[in-house]
Amino acid sequence: MKYIDEFRDGELAKNLAASIGATVEPGRNYSFMEFCGGHTHAISRYGLSDLLPPTVRMVHGPGCPVCVLPIGRVDMAIDLALNHGVILCTYGDTLRVPASDGLSLMKAKARGGDIRMVYSTLDALQIARDNPAREVVFFAIGFETTTPPTAVAIQQAEAEGLANFSALCCHVLTPSAISNILESPEVRQWGTVPLDGFIGPAHVSTVIGSRPYEFFAEEYRKPVVIAGFEPLDVMQAILMLVRQVNEGRAEVENEFSRAVSRDGNLKAQDCVAEVFELRREFEWRGLSVVPYSALKIRQKYAAFDAERRFDLEYRSVPDHNACDCGAILRGVKKPQDCKLFGTVCTPENPIGSCMVSSEGACAAHYSYGRYKDMH
Amino acid sequence: MAEMKRAYVRPLDLKQGRVDLTHGSGGRSMVQLISELFAKHLGNEYLGQGNDGAVLPAPTIHGHAGRLVMSTDCHVVSPLFFPGGDIGCLSVHGTVNDVAVMGATPLYLAAGFILEEGFPLSDLARIVESMARAAREAGVPVVTGDTKVVERGKGDGVFITTTGVGVLPDGLELGGSRARPGDAIIISGSLGDHGVAIMSKRENLSFDAPIESDTAALNGLIAAMLATGADLRCLRDPTRGGLAATLNEIAGQSGVGMMLHEKAIPVKPVVAAACEFLGLDPLYVANEGKLIAICASADAERVLAVMRAHPLGREAALIGEVIADDHHFVQLTTAFGGRRIVDWLAGDQLPRIC
Repeated sequence: MKYIDEFRDGELAKNLAASIGATVEPGRNYSFMEFCGGHTHAISRYGLSDLLPPTVRMVHGPGCPVCVLPIGRVDMAIDLALNHGVILCTYGDTLRVPASDGLSLMKAKARGGDIRMVYSTLDALQIARDNPAREVVFFAIGFETTTPPTAVAIQQAEAEGLANFSALCCHVLTPSAISNILESPEVRQWGTVPLDGFIGPAHVSTVIGSRPYEFFAEEYRKPVVIAGFEPLDVMQAILMLVRQVNEGRAEVENEFSRAVSRDGNLKAQDCVAEVFELRREFEWRGLSVVPYSALKIRQKYAAFDAERRFDLEYRSVPDHNACDCGAILRGVKKPQDCKLFGTVCTPENPIGSCMVSSEGACAAHYSYGRYKDMH
Repeated sequence: MAEMKRAYVRPLDLKQGRVDLTHGSGGRSMVQLISELFAKHLGNEYLGQGNDGAVLPAPTIHGHAGRLVMSTDCHVVSPLFFPGGDIGCLSVHGTVNDVAVMGATPLYLAAGFILEEGFPLSDLARIVESMARAAREAGVPVVTGDTKVVERGKGDGVFITTTGVGVLPDGLELGGSRARPGDAIIISGSLGDHGVAIMSKRENLSFDAPIESDTAALNGLIAAMLATGADLRCLRDPTRGGLAATLNEIAGQSGVGMMLHEKAIPVKPVVAAACEFLGLDPLYVANEGKLIAICASADAERVLAVMRAHPLGREAALIGEVIADDHHFVQLTTAFGGRRIVDWLAGDQLPRIC
């Protein structure tokens, strides 16, 4: 595959690994958080940590859209499907997220809920057009990457007068989550989670640009390198982070310059600003309630807001009390530190959300890396 | 006395007609459907016996009595017609392959049809013709069958269950528990073609990929492999769950581990590209005309040569080896230079979000 294979080349990887090995300073430990699930997945799937020196540790961050979705939000979607008779359209990854009463969207489907997997918001719009007598709700989740398509769908529905379409908006914001981690006592006060820098998101940054990270670099003195989701991108970013740490710099650097600019995609940003506004607070799985960390649909588009249309109320539901997803999402614990990991919590029967998506830290480690714990 | 006029029976309307409940009710319509469609295309001396069961000669192999191998497979594919095949030929290939990978020569098939009221007879005719062609090509006749019709909305057009019987020579033992550390793992060709061809035509997902299902009967290829006399331990066709599921199954049954080499695993560029943008892994995508062979490493080259000389094994490749591992992990050295597990699939493969 042109433009893909080039970024997965094993020979180049060896060279980069040698450069990283030669650049790390003896006796110094490096700890970097890859914010995004996409990076977590790449690191596990390509066995990237095998190529890194033992003094470079990657900490998995909370940037997996499925993992940070709190139980209460999935409950709302299930309620819509089972009790309001709507056609609920959702991205595939969301189907298996565990919710209350042992349910998930997948299990709600088996109980008669009309729940359909879609690849894009356009599919959801089409379903609404094809079923004018039914209410069709799009379960809108994800970071800045998936927000513009939801905005476009809502604008399109308005333009067409598609009165049976609405969205259950659960879109969240990357910068707020990064601040939350940097402000957490584990990082700031106690220093139990050493963080020397961040690998910045790939797809999210194509939308928001690299500018929003400049604040973190400056305020918290942490280098950020924005990187693509291919394994060589990640290796290159690690090398750039090691150099910044060695030289005492804390800057935003852009490894993913083939897709990310400083300002990002202004058209997409305008579109999002037109349809959405900040939510005062939003509960994240793992980070708990984070102020101004998510979006809601503006009054102007209230007719397309499923929360208003169906008069839904959010109820917070605590995670399973032995589940360490929260600490894992903040980088405080590793998946294998959790008592449930690989015992009662497996990809077949996930207890916590990190075990659901292959971008989740637990599922990635279970599916790709657990042989390392055995030998 | 005037001879009784034979009642005129209007032939099945294979262009505009549809399956209705009478086709499954045991009356004339059912008999008509069977004779004008199933018997017409699938007919042979055994099916022609017209009884509740087919009387078959005792199976022999190389002139000796052999052991029977029996397998059954239900087919519920959607869409029913896809690039490179349809549910008809698939239902023949699937069961012929399940019998053949046991080392047996497939002899006979039984076919059960569950039809949904309202299903177009023209589509049913296409399916039956395709089935007949596949059975002829594989040399395995359909000798008995059954038809049921369910009300509209209670089926998905057509479901087909096929059962196959074959004969296995004495002394030949193939099975999932026979893999030993050091054995070679061979695949007969590129992975994921069938699954991607099907997905490319799914209603909510249609995209144009010039890719055809690999559905094919493998009994010819397998016969050629067995004829080499090589020390084959196990043959399997990696259908649902793909290569990953099949190898994990064998690793568990044999109590061994496996080490695969990503670079050696053949995947067509178009399949790799489709998997890339759908967020899928070709190692988990279904195949319908491929087989995995595990054999003694000393015989690997010989088996590969015979496979590559056969049209269905031209791209056969040695993709890894069986290793000792108490945890029965299937592992992979990535083309990137790292290592990872190739685990069982949890539920369906679902696309990632970003």
